[in-house]
Amino acid sequence: MYEKDGEKYFIVDSHIHFWDASRENWKPGREEFAKGWIDCFYGYHQLGPPETHWDYEKYLKVTPEDFERDIFIEGHVDHAIFQSTYLLDWYTNGFNTIDQNSALLEKWGDRLIVNGRFDPREGDAGLKQLEVDARRFNLKGVKVYTAEWYEGSRGWRLDSPEAYRFLEKCQELGIKNIHAHKGPTIWPLDKDAFSVSDIDAAATDHPGLNFIVEHAAIPRIEDFCFMAVQEPNVYAGLSVVIGGLMHARPKFFAKVMGELMFWVGEDKMTFGGDYNIWVPKWQVEGFVDWQMPDDDAFTDYAKLTTATKKKILGLNAARLYDIPVPAEMQLETTAGETGAPGHELVDGTAGAQA
Amino acid sequence: MSTSLHLAVENEVWAALGTVLDPELDEPITDLDFVESCTVSADGVATVGLRLPTFFCAPNFSFLMVADAYDAVSAVDGVTSADVTLADHHASAEINGGVAAQAGFVGSFAGSDQGEAVAELDELRTQFFRKAALAGQDRVARPLVDAGVGPDELAVMNLGAVPPSADLTRMRERRAALGLPHDDDAPLLLHGDGSRVSTAQVPLHLRRARLQRVGIETNGEFCKSLLQTRYAATAP
Repeated sequence: MYEKDGEKYFIVDSHIHFWDASRENWKPGREEFAKGWIDCFYGYHQLGPPETHWDYEKYLKVTPEDFERDIFIEGHVDHAIFQSTYLLDWYTNGFNTIDQNSALLEKWGDRLIVNGRFDPREGDAGLKQLEVDARRFNLKGVKVYTAEWYEGSRGWRLDSPEAYRFLEKCQELGIKNIHAHKGPTIWPLDKDAFSVSDIDAAATDHPGLNFIVEHAAIPRIEDFCFMAVQEPNVYAGLSVVIGGLMHARPKFFAKVMGELMFWVGEDKMTFGGDYNIWVPKWQVEGFVDWQMPDDDAFTDYAKLTTATKKKILGLNAARLYDIPVPAEMQLETTAGETGAPGHELVDGTAGAQA
Repeated sequence: MSTSLHLAVENEVWAALGTVLDPELDEPITDLDFVESCTVSADGVATVGLRLPTFFCAPNFSFLMVADAYDAVSAVDGVTSADVTLADHHASAEINGGVAAQAGFVGSFAGSDQGEAVAELDELRTQFFRKAALAGQDRVARPLVDAGVGPDELAVMNLGAVPPSADLTRMRERRAALGLPHDDDAPLLLHGDGSRVSTAQVPLHLRRARLQRVGIETNGEFCKSLLQTRYAATAP
C-alpha cells in the first residue's frame, strides 16, 4: 500500500521477474545470445533515474533478500505477479522459469502470484505440463512470448490452431488471463515481427479470456490501440511504458498515456514495474505524483484523477486476479467484465470517451 | 584522387547516407546516429560502419538499412566500391555477407540459424510507408487545426492550399512511393486506399493520424535512448 496526501493506493505489480542471467547460466555455445538478451534489458534499466541504476554484475542475478526489500519493503507493492520467460535456448536452467519464481512462494505465498506459460510448439507434452502447472500453482494467468526460439523455430502466432488448443485448455483449467509479449525475432523474417494481428483474432474468438498486451505492444502501440478499442477483453499492460518513458522521455510518456486513456480507457490498464529491469518504488511514487502537462500540446488529452491512478496501479489487476482489496481502497472498475466487440467504437468517436 | 576531390566524395557519401531511412522510424540513419564510421580511401573505396540500438533489433529492418546504404553509397560518383557493415548485431554475419554478395534478403538468410525469410522486403517497406503517410497527415494538419480550421474545411482542403513545409514535402514523398495522390490537387486528408475523408470522419481520422505519429515518434525516442546508453562510452 502506498499513501500520499491522505489517499491510499492498493498496489498490484502485475509484471515482475526473478531471473538468473548469471554467467554460469549462459548456455555453452549460446553465450552471445544470453549476453545480448540481458544487455538489452540493462539498456532499458538505464532509462530509469540515475540514482536507481545498479552495477551490471548485481543486475545479472538478485538475491531473495534484494527481492524482498525492493518489492515489499521499499516498493509499496501489496501483491505481485510473476511472469515466466523461459528462453531455454540461451540459458541452461532457463532465464526466469516457474520453478525459480516459485522458490519465493514459501515465504511470500500470500502476496505472490505465479503465472504459468505455454508454448504451442511443445504439443501434447506442453498441454500436459500446463495442466500440471495449473494444479500445482492454481494458475489464473499465463505469459506467452511469441518470439521465443524453440529448436529450429523462431516464433509462433497466437491465432494458430496449435495455439487455440492451449487457449481452450486455459479456459478449461480456469486460467483466464493471457499476458502476451511481442518480441523482435519471429518467423518468417520478412514479416513485421511486432504485429499484433494474431492477438486480435485470438481475443475475438475467446471472449472468456482477458488478453493483457504487455508494454502496450510498443513498438506497435497504434495497431494495439486500433485493436483494443474494438476488443473488450484486451488490456494494456503498462510494463516498460512507465519504467522506460516516465523518467527518460516525459513528454512522450504524456502522449502515450493520453492516447491510451482515449483508446483503451483507465479500466483496461494495469501497472507492471518489470522488476528487476527497474524497481517499483520510483515508478509507483512517480506515477502517483504525475499529471498530464498543462501546455497546449496536451490539451486534448484527459487529466488523470486519483481514481484513475488507483485503478491502474492495482484495482484493475486485482479484479482480473480475484485479489481481495480492503474496502477503504476499493473502487468500481469495469475490468474483467465482458462487453460486445466493437461497442467502444461508435459514430466516429472511440474508447473511454465514446 | 586529389585532396579536395577526396573531401568532396566523402561529403557526397555522407549525403547519400542521409537518404537512407530507418523504415520503422521514418528518419535518416545519419540523424539517428546509426552511422558509426564513414571513410573513403584514396582509390575510392567507401567503408561505412553502421550500429543499432540493440543486439536484437529486427533483422528485416536492419537488413534494409544496410542494403539501402550499400546502394546509396555505391551510386556516388568517385566511389569505386562500397563496404558497408553492421556491427554488434545477432544477425551481423548474415546481413553483412548477404549485402556484400548482393544476395537479397531471402538469399542472405538461406540456411541461417537466425531464421528463414520467404520473401523480399518490399511489402514490409510499403507497410511502413503507409504508417508514415498517415503520421504525416497529423504533422501537416495539426497546425491548421490549432489555428482553428474545422472539419468542413479540412475535408475539402487540397495539398496546394497548405503552406509549404518540410513535413509537407516528406508526406508527399511517402504518398508518391505508395502511388497515392500527392500533387497540389490531392486531398490533405486521405484514407489508406486513397479516398477522401468525409467531414464526419475528420475527427476520428485525425485521432488516428496523431496516434500513428505518437507511435512512430515514441519508438524513435526509445531507439535514441537505447543507442545513447549502448554506446555511451564511445559517444563524442
